[in-house]
Order: sequence, then structure tokens, then C-alpha cells
Amino acid sequence: MNIQIQNLSKSYGFQKAVDDISFEVKTGEILGFLGPNGAGKTTTMKMITNYVNMDGGEVFIGGKSVKNGDLRKHIGYLPEHNPLYDEMPVMDYLGFCAALQGMAKSQIGERMKEMIRVCGLDIEKHKRIRELSKGYRQRVGLAQAMIHDPEILILDEPTTGLDPNQIVEIRELIKKLGKEKTVILSTHILPEVEATCDRILIINRGKIVADGSPETLRKQAQGQQVLRIRIEGGDQTAIFNALKELPSVALVDFLDQSQNRFEVQSKPDQTSNRAVFDLCVKNNWYITEMIPFETRLEDIFRDLTMN
Amino acid sequence: MNPVWVIAKRELNSYFDSLIAYIILIAFLGFSGFFTWLYGGDVFFRKQADMNVFFGIARWTLFFFIPAITMRQLAEEKKAGTIELLLTKAVTDRQVVLGKFLSCFLMVALALVFTLPYYISIAQLGNIDHGATISGYIALLLLSGAYISIGLFASSITNNQIVAFLLALFIGIFFQWIFDLLSSGSTGFWAELFSTLSLANHFDSISRGILDTKDLIYFATIIVVGLFLTELQISKRS
Repeated sequence: MNIQIQNLSKSYGFQKAVDDISFEVKTGEILGFLGPNGAGKTTTMKMITNYVNMDGGEVFIGGKSVKNGDLRKHIGYLPEHNPLYDEMPVMDYLGFCAALQGMAKSQIGERMKEMIRVCGLDIEKHKRIRELSKGYRQRVGLAQAMIHDPEILILDEPTTGLDPNQIVEIRELIKKLGKEKTVILSTHILPEVEATCDRILIINRGKIVADGSPETLRKQAQGQQVLRIRIEGGDQTAIFNALKELPSVALVDFLDQSQNRFEVQSKPDQTSNRAVFDLCVKNNWYITEMIPFETRLEDIFRDLTMN
Repeated sequence: MNPVWVIAKRELNSYFDSLIAYIILIAFLGFSGFFTWLYGGDVFFRKQADMNVFFGIARWTLFFFIPAITMRQLAEEKKAGTIELLLTKAVTDRQVVLGKFLSCFLMVALALVFTLPYYISIAQLGNIDHGATISGYIALLLLSGAYISIGLFASSITNNQIVAFLLALFIGIFFQWIFDLLSSGSTGFWAELFSTLSLANHFDSISRGILDTKDLIYFATIIVVGLFLTELQISKRS
């Protein structure tokens, strides 16, 4: 099932939380929803799950408007802050969620066992939710979102409170699920998006400011290849001039004069690695460092959202 | 399974899991029992084999105890954020409200079941009017329904349980007492209006054994309007 969002808007008072955004998520795609605090991520997710009413626009899931409400059984939702019934034991809680999603009684037991295994809840399954640590609470939240095997997963900050091992496990799980399902997850942990998502959507002040795979975004922000090079065995100025004269090189800059380190920017759609190497061989210089410099997602994020 | 029942069952479990259910049951039975059997114009004082003493007392004990049951229903869910979880499941707002109503109603019904020994005891002591007694229990159930409905509405407009409790009492006292008071203090149209609104008149006529459609419609109206407003309130979200 795909999700189509058309001209979605929502205001709180005079403040526009979500301002006329449109995008589409296809089956088998994991969409990472990025944005600074208060950008409208959570509001958008709440509208997709039909929890809050939209002021304008439409959300279609599998071609049907979510306003009908009968699409909810296809959606698994992990809300922000992961609210849970603290007094309930984990097993009872998962059973309750499964029953509410309209699962047949005969399937519930089997499915619960599977979710407990998948989410690593086995040793905690008889405890009450209030006795669990934050990481385990988060797993319960994920388990309840996935209990009815929904085709759409909407996860609002799924990995908060997890330790690094758990984060890796949950990412793997989301990736695995994302192959057949449609997943939207929001986060403010940038490496997480890179590790998990096929596509990134950055929103700021209720508007979409970037949309694409991590690589495309980087290319867009960067434009040209940048290499950081350290060359020894020659005179600084000679190396500098020789680098500048390479046909593929657009710009050379000193990074650190004393160590002969340069930053070399290539012309658009060209690479200079080989040319630099050949140049050094010809002149008997030694390359001791050559680092292709990638724009980090953090920089892209900052560029797009700080204004 | 019907979602209404799934929700009601969870609520009931959570009552009996915590001490709330036991405290409420014991307090309700304690108060009603004390005034029915031991104190003031009790059964032995009146020397009549009927349950009227109990019905009169229960009208007031339920008035106080029902808000204690309903106060957390929606206020707590709103405060903890679990309402979001509930309303994004494959259930409608109405099913949630009905589930909550059903759980409270079953809870009160259980409390009333525990008073059946009173009935049996009095039936042993003298010649009890079974019809009037059954009718009295029906009146108590209808009254409970009305107060649960009011209590749920009070719980739906705040996320503070104490506020919900006090608000339910505040709305309830009009039906319980103030409309009655106003009707005796006024004449003509107003007296008629307040007397129709007063719960006491309708309650008394049913508990005397007269099942009139007018009274049934009165209670049904309070229940339906209360639940409707509750549903409206939670459909607003934020």
C-alpha cells in the first residue's frame, strides 16, 4: 500500500504547523522524516494516522482517504513519547492491542509469541510495563505497532532510549520490514536515517525543504567532488601549481601549509583521483593521504533548516 | 471480539488489578449497609419489609461513588497520552466511549449484586413486594447510567482526575437535588420544567414500582446526551 499526501495543512492558532506539503511513499520504501524540533513531523504523522484532523489537503492510503477511518487496521503507529498502559503486563497489553485491531482470537497467541521474539521481550514478558526500562518500553511500543502485521508503519522516533546494540537491532528489523511494507519514521538522529532509510524528507517550519536518497541529497548540496590530499617529497608551490593545472581540477586550496595538505575541488561531473596519482608518479612525489570529502548529512541539515 | 467489549474488559481488569475496585465496593456496601440496617430510620425502625430505605441511601451513595469510578476514564488516558494509542487503533471514537461506559456500568451493577443479600434477608423477615424491589433495582441501574454518562463527559473535558470528579458532582447535584429544590420554589411553567428535570421525581416513581415510559425516556435522554457530548469532546483531539 502506498501513501499519497496532497497539499496537507494544519494550523494551531496562527502558527502553521504543516504548510501545504505533498509527497508520496511507495510500498517497500522506508522514508526518513527529518526536521528540527517543531518542524511539523509529529503533526504530519498524526494526520496520516487520522488522529488529528487536517485543516486542508488529503492523505490517501492505497488510494483511499484516511478520513474514512476504516484504514486504521492497516496502520501500525508508534506515537511520540510512546504512551503505554503502565499497569498492564506486557503480554496482556499486546493481546489487548491485537484484539482492538480486530485480529481473530486464534491468531493472537501465535502472533504475540512472534512479536516477543522479534522485539527481544522474552525475559520481560510477564512484567508490568511500569517496571520496564526505557529501552524495553520502546520495544513494547514497537511490538504493539506491528502486532497486527500492518502494511503501513508510522514510527515517531522509534529508537529513542535504546542502547547502541538495541538501536542496531531495531534498525535491522525496520529495514527487514521495509522490504514489503511502507514505513515512515521520524528521527533527529542523522546517522540513523542514513543507515535505515531509502529516502529522506527534510521539513522545516511545516514545509518540505529536501526530498531524496541520502546520496542525491549529498550531491545536491555538494555539487563537485572534493579531495583532501597530502603530498610529500616536493616543493609546496610546485605541487600547488601542478595540481592547479590538472584539466579536471577546478580549485586548489591549502589546508595546512606546513604539512603540504591541500583541498582539491574537481570540475562538475569529473573526478581527479587518477590525475593526481599520475601527477605524483611523474614527479616522484608521494601521496600520504587522499580522502574523498563527503558532505555530511549534518551539514545539509543545517544548511536547509537554519535560516 | 467486539472492540467495545475489548475496551470494557481491559478497564475492568485494571480496576480489579489496582485497589480501586475493592475500595469502592467496600465503601459502597459499608455506607449503604450501615444506613439500611443500623442507623436512623433503618429497616428495623420502620418495621416494613421493603427496600425503600436502601434505595433512598443508594441514590446518594451512588451519586458520590460513580464520579470516583468515572473520573479517571478519559482524564487519565489524556494525561498519559494513551488516548492517542487507543484512538489510532481500528476502533471508532464511539466504540471507545461505549466501552468505557460499559465497564463503569458493569462495575456498578456488580456493587448492586452484592446488595442482593439485603433483599433476601428482608424477604425472610416479612412479606416483601418483589415487583417493587425489582423496579427499585431498575431505577438504581438507570440512575447509575445517567451519572456514569455525566461522569464520562466530565472526565473527557479535562486531564485532571480531581477536576473531573468535582465537575461530575457539580453537574450531578443539579439533577440530584437543585432542580428539585428549584421546582418547589417556583410556580407555573418553571415549576413544571424543573420538576421534569429533577432526577428525584423520576427515580421515586420507578422505585415505587411504576415503570412509566416518561421516566425511562428521561434517563435514556441523560445517558445518550452525556455519551454524545463525550464523543464530541474526544473527537476534537488537539
